[in-house]
Formats: sequence, C-alpha cells, structure tokens
Amino acid sequence: MKFLLENKGAALFLIAFFLFSNASLFAQDFPPVPNPPRLVNDFTQTLSSSEISQLESKLVAYNDSTSTQIAIVIMKSVGQYDISDYAFQLGEKWGIGGSKDNGLLILAAMEDRDVFIATGYGLEGAVPDALAKRIVTSLIIPNFKTGEYYKGFDQATDMIFKLASGEYTAEDVQEDGNSGGALFLLFIFIFFFVILPLLRNRNDNNNHMGGKGGGVDLLTTIMLGTLLGRGNGGKFGDFSSGRGSFGGGGGFGGFGGGSFGGGGAGGSW
Amino acid sequence: MKKLLIPILIIAAVGIFIYTKAVGSYNQFVTQDEVVNGTWAEVETQYQRRADLIPNLVSTVKGYAEFEQETLTGVIEARSKATSMTIDPTNLTQENLAQFQQAQDQLSGALSRLLVTVERYPDLKANQNFLELQAQLEGTENRIAVARRNFNESVVTYNQNIRTFPNNIFAGWYGFEGKGTFKASEGAENAPTVQF
Repeated sequence: MKFLLENKGAALFLIAFFLFSNASLFAQDFPPVPNPPRLVNDFTQTLSSSEISQLESKLVAYNDSTSTQIAIVIMKSVGQYDISDYAFQLGEKWGIGGSKDNGLLILAAMEDRDVFIATGYGLEGAVPDALAKRIVTSLIIPNFKTGEYYKGFDQATDMIFKLASGEYTAEDVQEDGNSGGALFLLFIFIFFFVILPLLRNRNDNNNHMGGKGGGVDLLTTIMLGTLLGRGNGGKFGDFSSGRGSFGGGGGFGGFGGGSFGGGGAGGSW
Repeated sequence: MKKLLIPILIIAAVGIFIYTKAVGSYNQFVTQDEVVNGTWAEVETQYQRRADLIPNLVSTVKGYAEFEQETLTGVIEARSKATSMTIDPTNLTQENLAQFQQAQDQLSGALSRLLVTVERYPDLKANQNFLELQAQLEGTENRIAVARRNFNESVVTYNQNIRTFPNNIFAGWYGFEGKGTFKASEGAENAPTVQF
C-alpha cells in the first residue's frame, strides 16, 4: 500500500505521458488545417514568399470561379507513409474540395524527392490517373530536377485548370446550397397536417378524438411540432455542411469537407 | 389492489425502457452494418477494377516480351483465382477475409513480378499505352488501399459498438456478430518519421 501511495505520482505521470504522447503522435503525422485557411502551404521555405502569394492568388481565383479547390503542400518527408497514402489522408483530414469532392492536392516531400497529385472523388473524371501521371512526369519532375519548383507547380496547376474547367462551376455549387425544395415540402406538410385539419374541424365539431373542443388537440400539436423541428434540423444541417468554401472577395474561405478515394498519380525526381 | 399497482407500474416502466433501448440499438446495429456493407462493396469494386485492367495489360506486354510466358501465365492464373474468390457480405468473418486477402495478395505479387520483368524491355517501357495502363494500375492499387482503410475503420466502429455493454446483450439476441478486418501488409514497421 505504501508502495502504491509513494508511486502514485509516478503512475499519474506515466498515464499523463501516455495520453500526451498518443495525442502528439497523431498530431505529428498530419499538420493541422492551416489557419487562416490557405491553399498553398510551404512548410519548408522552398518557395519565396512572392512565389507563394502568386500561386495562392491564382488558386484562390480559380476556386472562386469554379469552386474547384486545388491545394499545394510542400513538406520535408512523409516518413513511413507511402506518399500517395499520406496525400489521401491529408486531403481527407483537411477536407480539400467542396460538397462535390472537387478537391485536388499536390503534395511534394522535398527530402524524399517524391511528388504526388491526389484527386478528389469529384475530379477523378476530369483528371484521370493517366493524365495526372503525365502531368507529374512531363511538367513537374523535369522542373523539379533543375530546382525550378515554382515553375513546376505553376505549369502543373495551369494544366489542371485546363482539364478541370467545365467540370464544375461556382454556380453548380451555389444551386446545391439552395434549400427551396425543402421549404416547399415543409409547406405542403404543414398544409396537409395542420391547416387542413384545422379548417375541417371548424365545420365539424366532432374531432374524432373523443374530446369536445374544436381544433387539433395539444398532444398532436406537440408531436407535429417535434417532428417538424427534427426534420428541419436535419435538412438544413445537411445543406450547410458542404458549403463554407466561398470566402467572398479577398482570401481563401476554407476547405469544404471534400473526400479522396485514391485517385491520382505521382513520381520521384 | 393498490399494492399490486406499484409493482406493475415498475415492471411496465422497466419493460418500456428495455424495449426502447433494444429497438434503438437494433436500428443502430443495422445502420452500422449497412455502412460496413457499403465500404465492403467499395473494396470489391476496386479489386474488380484491378482484375479488369489485367487482360489489357497482359496483351500489351505480350507483344513486347514474348519470353516472359511464365510470369504472364502466373498473372493470369492469380487473376482467375482472385476473381473466383468472393465473400458473401453477410459473412465477413476473419477467416473468410484472410482467404480473400491471400488470393488478392497473390495477384499483387504476380503483378509486381511482371512489372519488374518489364524493366528489361525498354521498348515496352516507352510504349504510351503501357505507361497509361501502369498509371491506371497504380491508381487502382491506391484506391484499393483507401477502400480497405475505410472498410477497416467502419468495421472497427461496428465491432466496438456491438461488443460494448449493454449492446453486446442486444447484439447476441439479434445475432449480430463481429466482423473481420484486413491486416496490414508486412514490412510496414521500420518507421522513419514524418516531417513537415
């Protein structure tokens, strides 16, 4: 007992240590979502700040006009991960791409000398693996070999713009966020289950529920109320979850929860 | 009469409580079971996609590397073995899954042997058709990896749910059983670290 008491501190420390080390291990593997949100994330100072801002403004403009989110991440090493696997998980964690999963991540690991283009589900049609591979081998790798990293990213993103334009436009996504249909359904629901019974009950004093007074009884109203309330929450929650990708005029508004299914290709330089 | 009323009320309350709890967890099991089925379908789709690419790949390679008959037939045999191996999604036990994984891993092995021999044929390596097939094959392998990870994650959630108390009791009543997961391939342990 005495032993236990004496070692309580040590035990607590150990527990705390394990908890902390687990948490930090997870945090170490993937960088947190950049705040403020940025599309170009250079953790290695490979690009100069003017090059970064040029790429950033180009990608933000493209995101604003087409809703397609193209992110660039430059890091030192992906460690024990396959670069492809790391790219998918990072894209998924950050949620690159909007509600249509139209996100794309160009990941470069400088010390591994590996680069990978990961395409979100929604872009797999526009940028098939074979084309992603061609972008990597013919545009990115030759430039990276000579150390012209900016040129590589610039040409690759230009080519991706060309491939992806026409697939998604900003209008598509805005239409998606329109909840008119839900409101209409809600109105019909209210009309049939609340207003019609009320109208009927005005003429017919017998409300078929055994009670006397007119109108819908309290219990039914409450049940309908909760039903409506619940339906409401679900619907509007759904619509808002996919959005958040439009940040207005200035900077980039943030990632929108896009998903990656394993599309894309990579190579080494 | 009054003496009887209170126990009856208590029993009724407990009964209602258990009933709602049972219905709630049953529905939860069904939902999660369906999620697992969905991710499993994705795994099968991606393996099928790989199998569909192989005839093309084999015929392209044949034209250039006639001498590699052995490797080619190895791939074809492994493919037919892998495609004949299907699992009923309601019976995703650990053993079934291990068998499935073994058949698919054999195909992966045969394919990688084929791609190694291709290194000896520079003409083939420069063939645009072959390069695109190779890119598609790599992409499919990546998709398989993602689908497998998603499947494993959904199974872990499902297994955790049906094995924790009191859900394990309800799961026993309804006959929901734990499902198997894919095992990571060997050699993934010697781990360098991630650096941003």
